[in-house]
This record gives sequence, C-alpha cells and structure tokens, in this order.
Amino acid sequence: MTKTLNNKAWLLVLPVFLIVAFSAVLPLMTVVNYSVQDTFGNNQFFWNGVGWFQELLDPSTDLGGRFFDSLWRTLLFSAIILLIEVPLGIAVALAMPREGWTVALSLVLMALPLLIPWNVVGTIWQVFARGDIGLLGWVVNHLGIDYNYTGDPLDAWITIVVMDVWHWTSLVALLCYAGLKSIPDAYYQAARIDGASRWAVFRTIQLPKMRRVLLIAVLLRFMDSFMIYTEPFVLTGGGPGNATTFLSIDLVKLALGQFDLGKAAAMSLVYNLIILAICWVFYTIMTHGDARKEGVEA
Amino acid sequence: MTDSVAIRPSDVKASAAPLAANKAVAGPRVNGRVIVMTLYLLFLMLPIYWLVNMSLKTNTEITSGLTLWPQNITFDNYITIFTDRSWYSGYINSLTYVLINTVLSISFALPAAYAFSRYRFLGDKHLFFWLLTNRMAPPAVFALPFFNLYSAIGLFDTPWAVALAHCLFNVPLAVWILEGFMSGVPREIDETAAIDGYSFPRFFVKIFMPLIASGVGVAAFFCFMFSWVELLLARTLTSVAAKPISATMTRTVSASGMDWGLLAAAGVLTIIPGALVIWFVRNYIAKGFALGRV
Repeated sequence: MTKTLNNKAWLLVLPVFLIVAFSAVLPLMTVVNYSVQDTFGNNQFFWNGVGWFQELLDPSTDLGGRFFDSLWRTLLFSAIILLIEVPLGIAVALAMPREGWTVALSLVLMALPLLIPWNVVGTIWQVFARGDIGLLGWVVNHLGIDYNYTGDPLDAWITIVVMDVWHWTSLVALLCYAGLKSIPDAYYQAARIDGASRWAVFRTIQLPKMRRVLLIAVLLRFMDSFMIYTEPFVLTGGGPGNATTFLSIDLVKLALGQFDLGKAAAMSLVYNLIILAICWVFYTIMTHGDARKEGVEA
Repeated sequence: MTDSVAIRPSDVKASAAPLAANKAVAGPRVNGRVIVMTLYLLFLMLPIYWLVNMSLKTNTEITSGLTLWPQNITFDNYITIFTDRSWYSGYINSLTYVLINTVLSISFALPAAYAFSRYRFLGDKHLFFWLLTNRMAPPAVFALPFFNLYSAIGLFDTPWAVALAHCLFNVPLAVWILEGFMSGVPREIDETAAIDGYSFPRFFVKIFMPLIASGVGVAAFFCFMFSWVELLLARTLTSVAAKPISATMTRTVSASGMDWGLLAAAGVLTIIPGALVIWFVRNYIAKGFALGRV
C-alpha cells in the first residue's frame, strides 16, 4: 500500500517548517554572515571573504592548529567511546533477564542515567571521582594509585570516558535488547536441535537480528559523543590545560568567551558540515530499513 | 518492533519442531548473565548512591572524612533549596520553559507527523531529512546566533527564548517519533472514518489521537527530557530572571566555596522528574532515543 500524493499535506507541515526555519535557518544565516567578515568591536564589520576558512583549514596557523587539535581529540574520544560502549552494551543486552519482575527492574535502573540532566552527570562524577570526598577517587588513591583528574590529563580522560560509559552504555544495551526481543523462540529451538553452540547462536541469529538497531546505536553514540559539551565542561572545564577541550567546548570558548565572531562562525560551519555528512549516512540507513520493512509487509 | 534482516535457511532451520522454551539455550548461562547484570547495575547505581548519600550530610561531615552513609542524617540541604528563592526559582524557571517547549513541540509536530506518515508531497523526503539534521545539530553552533537573535527580538532572559530555542531539536524529535507511531496505524482506519462521514479534525481528535496516545506520551516525555537535560542553550539565553536550575548549580559551585551538600541535594532534585515517569516509559526508552525507528 503506497502513500497517496497530496500536496495539500504541506499545510499540515507548514507550522513545523516555519518554527524550525526560525530556529535553524535564521541563526545559520547569521553564522554565514559572520564567517566572511572581521570585526574590531563597535559593530564595525569588514569583508574578509574566505580568509577565516583558509586559516581554519590550515593546521600551520594558530586557529587551524587549535581546530585540528580539538577535532582529533573529539574523534579519538568518539572512537574510544564506541569501542567500549558497543561491546559492553551488547553484553549487557544479552545478559538482560528474559522474564519475571527482574526485567522491569533492570529496565528502570538502566534507564535512570539516561534521564539525568547532563550537567548533573558532570556534577555526580566531579564529586564521585574526587580524591578527598569521592568514593571512587578515595578508593583508587587508597589502592596506592596516584589519581587526580584535575591535574593529570590521562586521569581526566579516563574519568570522562568512564563517565560517558556510565551515562550512555544503557542506550546501546536497551536498543540491542529491543532487537533481541523480536527474535521468535522458534529460532532458538531450531538452533538447539541443530546443536548450535552459544557462539553460533550469537553469530547467526542474535547478531543479524540486532544489525539495524546496532547501526542506529553506533550512529547515535557517534553523533552525541562528537557533540559532547556539558559533561566534560562541568567535570574538567576542558582542562587540565587543553587536554579535554573537545570541539564544542573550543567553539563556545571562541564564540562566547573571546567573542571572536568570524573565527567562531567559520568553525561552526565546518563543524556543521561534518555533522551534516554523518547525518546523511544515518538517514540513509534509517529510511533504507523502513523501505525494506514495508517491502516485506506488502 | 521487528526488523527485516532475513535468517538464511541454511543457518537456522526455523521450521524445526517447537519444543522447550528459549530458556534451554540460555539455561546454562544464567549464572554468568546474573553476574554481568548485577555488576553493571551496581556500576550504574554507585555514583547515584554517593550523590544521595552526600545530599543528606552536613558539609563538615563531607569534608572531614569518608563515611559510607550519613552519621547524622540532615535534611538541611533540601530545606535550604525549598526555602531560598535563588534556588527554588531555578526549578520553577526550568519547569516553565520545559513545559512550554513540550506543548509547543507536540502541537506543532502532530499534524506534520500525520502528513509525513500518510501522504507523499513535494519535497517530503528532503524535509524529513532536514528535520533530522536539526535534531543532530550541535547546540554549540547555535549558542551565539541564538543569543543575538533573541536579544534582538527582546525575548532574552525569558522562558520563551529557551522554549523556542529548544524547539530546534525537540520539534524534529517529536515529528520523527510520532511519525514512527502513526505509521503503525493502518491507513484503512482513515478511509473508514472518512466513509462514515467524519470530518478530518473530528476524525483526528476522536479516533486517531486515542490510537496513538502512547506515541504522544512517549514524544512528550522525550521532549520534556531533552529540554530538561540541556544546559548550553538554556544558560546562554538567560541571565537572571529566567535562570534555569542547571545554571544556578554551576554558578554556586564556583562562587560559594564548594557547598557540596547543597550541590548534591540540588542534583538529586533534578533527577526526580525523570525518575518519576521512568516506570511508565520503560518499554519505550529505546524507541524514543532511536526516533521511533526501533
């Protein structure tokens, strides 16, 4: 069954179109405007053409060096996050109870970190990881390990990664669990009759069934970790030094801290283009899955 | 809920006789699974336990040494928050813009989601994609232009500024989630109602809305949540009058010489709205985060 062609449907979409255009297109035009100008305060602007972009994309300049540092730092962070959270999420999804009251309990407890305001997530770990008053920091220090996330870059990174794992692994797990739930019992029975090993069941039944949700999970986690701002901002403020200054934090420093409008705008646009490209991959996968589902149902 | 990845017949003979339940495959692993699950849940709960623990202590007890539970339980921190205007107004401000935003997002998104799920129209796919890009847009990019925009139209430091700014990601989110739920309702229902003489608005409110009630609930919950957890835009667009609780918390940390107990209590109180509704949405969490596509 196909959707009917009806251009009057635009009337239903118009309000959304207008409000999102107001909140997205208008500000982006401002950004484009700033990105080609230079200002020395007093609302005096001078045409600068593609100057900021040239500087930004050239790693030998101050701005470019700073941008690429933050970019690699952010990409490294996203990579670490995915490498830890995806396998752990799958493991937790497989370990989820299948029936009884423990299912609801596990779901509720797992979802809790996802619903905590991001700045509070930062606060929780800021307190929890402190050497003097935090349980984690205190225990680690008393095990004889020198650990101080405000002074040592590596410790800061470890803390942020553990915090993100704590915050978001449940999302991967819940998505995988939704995929696992859709597997009919008959598949498992068949596998048992065939004498399939646990690993074979995972490889040939569970993993293929989780493929699509897993893709969604990977993309969501990538996007969100690529845009991470609040949690590290609260926990470390981008420090020590610049060790945890991710792209978002750097951008906000540049735009609202130093009011370097032209540079910040150029950086915003490049950042946005990267996001747009990943978004397109995400959309293709999402809608490709939908189309196939409709094809099967028809 | 299902997806369409086909299991090749050579891998699994799905037609085999159905005998015992799924348990049999998982059976011998139960212990391993319980251990993994228990450890994971412990890991999730420990930091929260520590926050609650600290919120019930006095500052002297917090700084004087590590205690696993409060020696003298005190509710002073909570009392301070509920009686000091600079604290509780933060919660009121946050709730105000979050509620405005939720109502706005859902009412804008409902008709649009219906259009996307039922009709093809000029540019529908592009529009749907464009909405998604805004859900994914980094707030850091928008902080500065929003600041200029809302200052220019005189909404700066009002709940409306934050509520409208959060529409940037919440309207697309609501459209995607609602579209997912609406596509699950067979189109025959629309046609039958039309034949029965229902006008479109009456059909939408009387017949269609009850069918997607859970979808509306889930979409509203996620709009509420994403607006509630956001800090960057909320902080940038307010200064005094509409300052959200998240901003109140960050300022107090740096200004008042680390009042840990108070900070912890404020944190615990921000978790409560999520914790209250979690039970009702527990089966929809994955669906909501995946924009209705699971």
